[in-house]
Amino acid sequence: MTELVIESAGPATSLQDAGRFGWQRYGVGPAGAMDRPALALANLLVGNAPEVAAIEFALAGGRLRAAGGSARLALAGADAILKIGGRPVAALTSVTVHEGEAVEIGAARAGAYFYLAVAGGFTIAPSLGSLSLHHRTGIGGSQGRTLRAGDRLPLRLPEPSGPELALPEPPQAAPGPIRVVLGPQDDHFSDAGISTFLDSGFTISGQADRMGMRLDGPRIEHSPKGYNIVSDGIPTGGIQVPGNGLPLILLADRQTTGGYPKIATVIGADLPRLVQCRPGSVLQFAAVERAEAVRIARAADDAFRAFIGRVRPAGLAALDSRELLSVNLIGGVVDARH
Amino acid sequence: MSDAPALPRLLPCGDAAVSIEFGTGIDPAVSTRVLALDAALNAANVPGLIETVPTYRSLMVHFDPLVLDYQALELRVRALAGTLDATPRPGRRWQVPVVYGGSFGIDLEATAEGHGLSPAELIERHSAAIYRVYMIGFMPGFTYLGGLDPSIATPRRADPRPMTPAGVVSIGGIQALIGGQAMPSGWHILGRTPVRTFMAGREPAFLMAPGDEVVFAPTDAARWDALDRAAGAGEPVAELLSA
Repeated sequence: MTELVIESAGPATSLQDAGRFGWQRYGVGPAGAMDRPALALANLLVGNAPEVAAIEFALAGGRLRAAGGSARLALAGADAILKIGGRPVAALTSVTVHEGEAVEIGAARAGAYFYLAVAGGFTIAPSLGSLSLHHRTGIGGSQGRTLRAGDRLPLRLPEPSGPELALPEPPQAAPGPIRVVLGPQDDHFSDAGISTFLDSGFTISGQADRMGMRLDGPRIEHSPKGYNIVSDGIPTGGIQVPGNGLPLILLADRQTTGGYPKIATVIGADLPRLVQCRPGSVLQFAAVERAEAVRIARAADDAFRAFIGRVRPAGLAALDSRELLSVNLIGGVVDARH
Repeated sequence: MSDAPALPRLLPCGDAAVSIEFGTGIDPAVSTRVLALDAALNAANVPGLIETVPTYRSLMVHFDPLVLDYQALELRVRALAGTLDATPRPGRRWQVPVVYGGSFGIDLEATAEGHGLSPAELIERHSAAIYRVYMIGFMPGFTYLGGLDPSIATPRRADPRPMTPAGVVSIGGIQALIGGQAMPSGWHILGRTPVRTFMAGREPAFLMAPGDEVVFAPTDAARWDALDRAAGAGEPVAELLSA
């Protein structure tokens, strides 16, 4: 059996797949990769379906090695360097690591979350249908906790097969405000409060993790309806404003329900860009209509599919799409955004 | 009677969720409609619907906006909401053992004093009620109850505790709670139950569901160790009085 053996890892390193669904009605948050498209890219490069569990790194990198066989690896997400046996691997390129070779994952030079996928994934039993670690409750992951030195992660494939793959430089995420749909409780804020929210810069505080991001900035004024609601459901990207007037964006490890009014919700297409922002970054918000958010989601999905259609065997500059289909590279990724 | 309107209000939550609101308050009739829509939507096998989360007065629907069109979902919800069978029916009733006071319920005495009651009187009022499970939320197994005797309703603490143990039985405002696991809390802790509302690997992992009823059985501290061991070994410890 081939294993990945962790030799060192940053404190928030964990296994994450596309998330745990169907359990929010019991209070279990979805968890899952903070940056889902980045997880899908790392998986694509090792020939996996987009939702297979990978190792999620947060700012810090780590070191590991393969034991008992060789493994195919790829890194995607925040800008970090993967080295095998001391040699850097080109960005968005999968690579085979042989037994005993050192795998070094550098700290993120820009961005926050990045993913090391392995061909075939891990043979670790899922918890409530998913391998994703929910950090605060210890549901999922390997042994219900973050990864640390000495952990051995068994792999499904004894040896990798097929070509190593590469993608070109990804299109740069368009800069600009983080787009939100106002509500569901924008009526709990005064007109001045809504203006403060949309017209000011908010700085991501040091209290930012997989559960959410607390923002610093001007206080957002509530309406006379106040800052308590009868608890209701929380969407990923929901922005709560408690009594102190400072917004809190709720993310993958969020609670499932809450009793503070939510002024707005970050649109799905802007979540990957948001989660890659580090503490100290200044966020600006812009409101869009719900229907516009869906159009943006569709355009982002189209762009993502067009980009992953450019995957090639590493080292081959150009193959036509017929050859590509003949080596069956694209089959697993068509549902990458679902 | 009830403030449940005939048709719910749909509040979009970004592009991938919608909150379907049946009322504004904590009301069994509203909750019954929420749970009826929850059941009806899940039975309808709507493509692109990811999951639904029933809460006190609303149902949150998480969906994939690239598969499920919002207008189609809205039409579906309105059609279903018009035909909901919202007859309240008795759910399962659980009897939950609670050790009140002392190190198990560190706020019992102060809370009783605040209401001009003895600790025994507070325990009596807290354990005499038949509670309804309105939602399981926040974190795994946190069971939110309605039905607290209004004479012992207590505003939440000004300074939340950074950590409270698993299984706390507490009150906050007009709500009552069985805590699922150790978490920060601003509620008043009257006691503790050995019952694991959630236990990974147990079948079922979650004991209770919205619509169930709960009664509390004051239990002697001397029985804690045995009950806690049994619960830790996977026994429900909560007794099902009616199903």
